[in-house]
Amino acid sequence: MLAFLGKRLLSLIFTMLAVSALVFAAFEFTPGQVARKVLGPFATQDQVDQLTERMGLNRPVFERYFEWLSNTFSGNLGTSTLYKTEVNNIIWDRLGNTLILASVAFVIIVVFSIVFGIAAGMREGSKLDRVISVSSIVTTSVPEFASGVFLASIFVIWLGVLPGTSPLESGQWSIASQLVLPVAVMVLYDLGYVVRMVRASMVEVMMKPYIRTAILKGLTFKEVILKHALRNAMIAPFTVILLQINYLITGVVVVEAVFAYPGFGRMLLEAALAQDIATVEAASLFAVFVTVMTQIVGDLGYMYLNPKIRFA
Amino acid sequence: MTATTAQSTRPNFARRTWSRIRLLKESPVGMVGTFLVLFWILVAIFAPWISPHDPNESNMDALIDPTPTAVNWLGTDNQGRDILSRIIWGSRTVLLVAPVAVFIAYSIGCMLGLLAGYYRGWVDQVINRIADVILSFPAIILYIIVIMRLGPSALNIIMAVVFIATPQIVRIVRGMTLELREHDYVAAAKMRGESPFYIMLAEILPNARGPLIVDACLRMGYTTIAIGVLGFLGLGLPPPDPDWGGMVKDTYAMMTLYPHMSLFPALAISSLVVGFSLLADGIREISMRD
Repeated sequence: MLAFLGKRLLSLIFTMLAVSALVFAAFEFTPGQVARKVLGPFATQDQVDQLTERMGLNRPVFERYFEWLSNTFSGNLGTSTLYKTEVNNIIWDRLGNTLILASVAFVIIVVFSIVFGIAAGMREGSKLDRVISVSSIVTTSVPEFASGVFLASIFVIWLGVLPGTSPLESGQWSIASQLVLPVAVMVLYDLGYVVRMVRASMVEVMMKPYIRTAILKGLTFKEVILKHALRNAMIAPFTVILLQINYLITGVVVVEAVFAYPGFGRMLLEAALAQDIATVEAASLFAVFVTVMTQIVGDLGYMYLNPKIRFA
Repeated sequence: MTATTAQSTRPNFARRTWSRIRLLKESPVGMVGTFLVLFWILVAIFAPWISPHDPNESNMDALIDPTPTAVNWLGTDNQGRDILSRIIWGSRTVLLVAPVAVFIAYSIGCMLGLLAGYYRGWVDQVINRIADVILSFPAIILYIIVIMRLGPSALNIIMAVVFIATPQIVRIVRGMTLELREHDYVAAAKMRGESPFYIMLAEILPNARGPLIVDACLRMGYTTIAIGVLGFLGLGLPPPDPDWGGMVKDTYAMMTLYPHMSLFPALAISSLVVGFSLLADGIREISMRD
């Protein structure tokens, strides 16, 4: 277990280094361009050269990369050219807002995916199974901006019961009501995938001999499902469920753009559209870090849940 | 990918493929998917003939009342352009970019996946490591970075899709190769003295095609979503050429006044992706039967 953890942490460090090099290369390999971006298209070449010199951008690539890397790891994320302040001053607030959105969506996804997945998988091929399976295929196939349009048409324009934007400022609409549509869009897009994973695992468990034994020894179907099938059916989807955290933290870009939600995803998009390099760099490194961390936690949890591996 | 196999097994292969397509009739879900996908393919092919207006032509009269009329069946957008014509021409964008991107990603992905799974050892290590690094980026962030650096154009969208999809395909093909290379027919081919490339392309790859066809079909759907999302985020094709995501982006601010402007392109993209997904499910269901 410890050896495994050490190996995973080592690969985490390797991945983060490779990713940081990739991000750095993508944005800062050609130093002249950085100064040109800051100054805009109408600056003279002389001004660009001067700024390049002043920003220390004409030094060798490796020197700049390691300086950037040590700055990033010591928490100095640079200055945002879009928000005209240090990246540190905005990124954490935005992450906090996204975390609210993500955690509400996560809880709903976990609960619903287990309920629907078990209901569909306990009798493979039943009418209930077909309905749940096909609807989960359909909902995951609708792009988030499209389901945003559909939901807004119904609940904002037609019924008028929810706000169409979620700036998280209290006014006519409460904060809670502003969260409903963004959460609904995320759940619609993501739920079907997790439901299918839980269902597949449940189907597999239901074919195991010990389930047949449980049925044959006279337990009710409800007891078989709740006491015998459920726990084992949750081992395989555990990792999948955990990986949804990535989607919820980073996939929010579209949802936040649809509802003007002041979160991490919208910050990343605005920064990218404005060529704000420091912000995009910090945001992508953070996103990759979250991804890799959830993978490690997922592996560890899987090992813990699965006695076959735990006691091996 | 079937260039080598086709010579020896073409009639057989063609017949099998046709009987598989006919089998789709047995899956109602697969039929709905086939219908949706075929519908949009036909729309894309016949766009110049069925499009009632020029997709980029602004009708100034329509600006006063952009709602659907007898002239503009689905209404006009924020610039007085016919929405139906823009949706029809927009299908061309998606159905050109997505298949090309998926095809290139598959060509590279199959090759690298076969190499990694067949040779294992350091080849596998290197390919796997690189795939790991790219896969550790959330897809949407990679899209944003690539388009932000390369600029929005059809070619760059294709490159972004290839860059992101290839490692995922490598993973799938590698996994299947690791399993298939242990089969007897691979050992037999080695005994016959076939070259490694022949074994990979003619023995292993054709036997991996079932799951790969399903995945390719799903991937067409994901790619369609990705193209739409890029358009919606303002990272898609440069104006004025119509793309569905961009159409929603341009008109979304006017949703409360004229919901039809965003609704119809949103319906268009959703129906195409649902089509791909249902088709993939139908193929999967049928391939599991035999």
